Amino acid sequence: MSFMDILALIVPAAIVSAAPLIFTALGGVFSERSGVVNIGLEGLMLFGAFIGAVTIYYGEQLGLGGASPWVSFVVAMIVGALFASIHAVASISLKADQVVSGVAINFLAAGLAIFLTKKIFNAGQTPVISERISKSDIPFLSDIPVIGKLFFSNAYLTSYLAVFVALIVWYVLYKTPFGLRLRSVGEHPMAADTMGINVTKTRYIGVLLSGALAGLGGAVYVASISGNFTHSTITGQGFMALAAMIFGKWHPLGALGAALFFGLAQAISISGTQIPGLQDIPKVFLLIAPYVLTILALAGLVGRADAPKALGTPYEKGKR
Amino acid sequence: MQNKNNKMKYLVPLISVLLGLLIGGIIMLVSGYQPVEAYVALFQGIFGGSYYAGETIRQMSPLILSGLAVAFAFRTGLFNIGVEGQLLVGWLASVYVGIFVDAPAIIHIPLAILAAGAAGALWGSVPGILKARFKVHEVITTIMMNYIALYSTNEIIRNFMLAPGERTENIKESASLASPFLQSITEYSTLHYGIIVALIAAVIMWFLLWRTTLGYELRAVGFNQHASQYAGINVSKNIVLSMAISGAFAGIAGSMEGLGTYQYMTINAAFTGVGFDGIAVALLGANSAIGVVLGAALFGGLKIGALNMQSIAGVPTELVGVVIALIIFFVACSYIVHWLMNRVNKGGKI
Repeated sequence: MSFMDILALIVPAAIVSAAPLIFTALGGVFSERSGVVNIGLEGLMLFGAFIGAVTIYYGEQLGLGGASPWVSFVVAMIVGALFASIHAVASISLKADQVVSGVAINFLAAGLAIFLTKKIFNAGQTPVISERISKSDIPFLSDIPVIGKLFFSNAYLTSYLAVFVALIVWYVLYKTPFGLRLRSVGEHPMAADTMGINVTKTRYIGVLLSGALAGLGGAVYVASISGNFTHSTITGQGFMALAAMIFGKWHPLGALGAALFFGLAQAISISGTQIPGLQDIPKVFLLIAPYVLTILALAGLVGRADAPKALGTPYEKGKR
Repeated sequence: MQNKNNKMKYLVPLISVLLGLLIGGIIMLVSGYQPVEAYVALFQGIFGGSYYAGETIRQMSPLILSGLAVAFAFRTGLFNIGVEGQLLVGWLASVYVGIFVDAPAIIHIPLAILAAGAAGALWGSVPGILKARFKVHEVITTIMMNYIALYSTNEIIRNFMLAPGERTENIKESASLASPFLQSITEYSTLHYGIIVALIAAVIMWFLLWRTTLGYELRAVGFNQHASQYAGINVSKNIVLSMAISGAFAGIAGSMEGLGTYQYMTINAAFTGVGFDGIAVALLGANSAIGVVLGAALFGGLKIGALNMQSIAGVPTELVGVVIALIIFFVACSYIVHWLMNRVNKGGKI
């Protein structure tokens, strides 16, 4: 097996498994940059996956055909934002502990999604969809030697969308007034408030955006990878996205890179047995790699990761 | 004022539970089930006969311990979401001792439980050290440690302890907490002696926190790190200790599964959920030993009762998960409960 064959096996797989992580991690960036911890990414992603699976299924029934996954993405984003609004109300308006509220979101999403699945389909899982996002070669770009084969052939459109959205999030956060406000609210809400920025409103927008993007991540996972929703569809991808966000130092492009890297680790752990040299590495090391790396990054051993300063503290007007 | 605070301490959990059940009922109504019938079935599934009582108490044992783990760390101002992982390594350690050590029961059982506690303590102390030494937030590290524990324990079972059926062998009888006596008085439920271990642990937690210097220091650090530092308390040491003790409770919760309920360890595709439920139990129990026992009784009961609810009223068991989530929300947002209480009180006066 030549080196190119190995890359051709691993890289597209990595990009595929990274896409849902990228969306969800970007959601996390919005929420945490505004100062609200979002442990609930896992639950938001899970509910997005459920909504995605249901919408695609009924979209097919209604004859939407190939458009149904794309319709499901929009629906999952809306429902994800609505679901995240519970977290927003609890942690911003009611000043609940943000971590506890996030944990409750995870419980609620898992319970409600399976409850509704059983109610609607009378079974523990949704029917398998036939209209998945299909793999395709990107015209022209896939003809580029080396790079074309690795990055632009036989890949899902959603993966490129994920990279594109990461660039948009970077632009919004660092090049627009809204982004500056969002970041300032997460660093020093009192100073932001003094400058006339509405802290509560800005944080609400941050959390709702995180819900929308995590919902999208879940729906993309169903449309490109799993094909239906069961209780074991989303088991930890949300937390891995959280890890990617932290490993990427709360920066959209960092999160993108980290998610791609974690996707690579997953891809190797799945297809590593076919690769000479990697066969001997126990799979477990690849499975735990993202988590170990995140811990090391936080400990400052792999580049220091500093959280937004006001992360996790509710803002109370007039409090010193 | 003191009196009012005391009253609120009991009222917030109570009202949260009632609100949770109420909204759960509304969800059932909206989705076309019979909430009254369902709740009757649920409570019959908890109290209707000694079999159900036995199952509820069996379910309680790991829940008490995981609740104690979360509550203990909370007292030092730490949020241990890593109970799940500490539970898994504890489960593995107890089963390992249960299989590979030969000893009479009087030594074997305590040894296996201690091994579980030590493994959990070790696993829990890692985030503690990272927090004390590098100021890394324990929430993130404990979540990461959960996944590392899940994959590592599976790998160890697969490579060293595998028996047919994706699990380890059964533990030796001398390490087992199973009790034919308890089973026979509860119409052959799966009740085992673990509940005694759990209750002893609850007493130990209370004693440690409220009757020892160590407990005083731990609570002081939880109230105000800077003041404690200034008073000469070694904050770093207390953070590591708190996580280690919390992890030990969690590890012992794992031994409840290993030595009691299952007698072996499976290769887990996903988390057991017991560790996460511990967060709910600790929150509802206001981080006190007695509160945790009561909280575990409630949630353990709900989980067992859910099975009856499903078979009689046809409501999926997951509804109980939704109700538990709602209860956590309301406890976390005690603001709402306070607000409601104030409204009611004012209304009463006028």
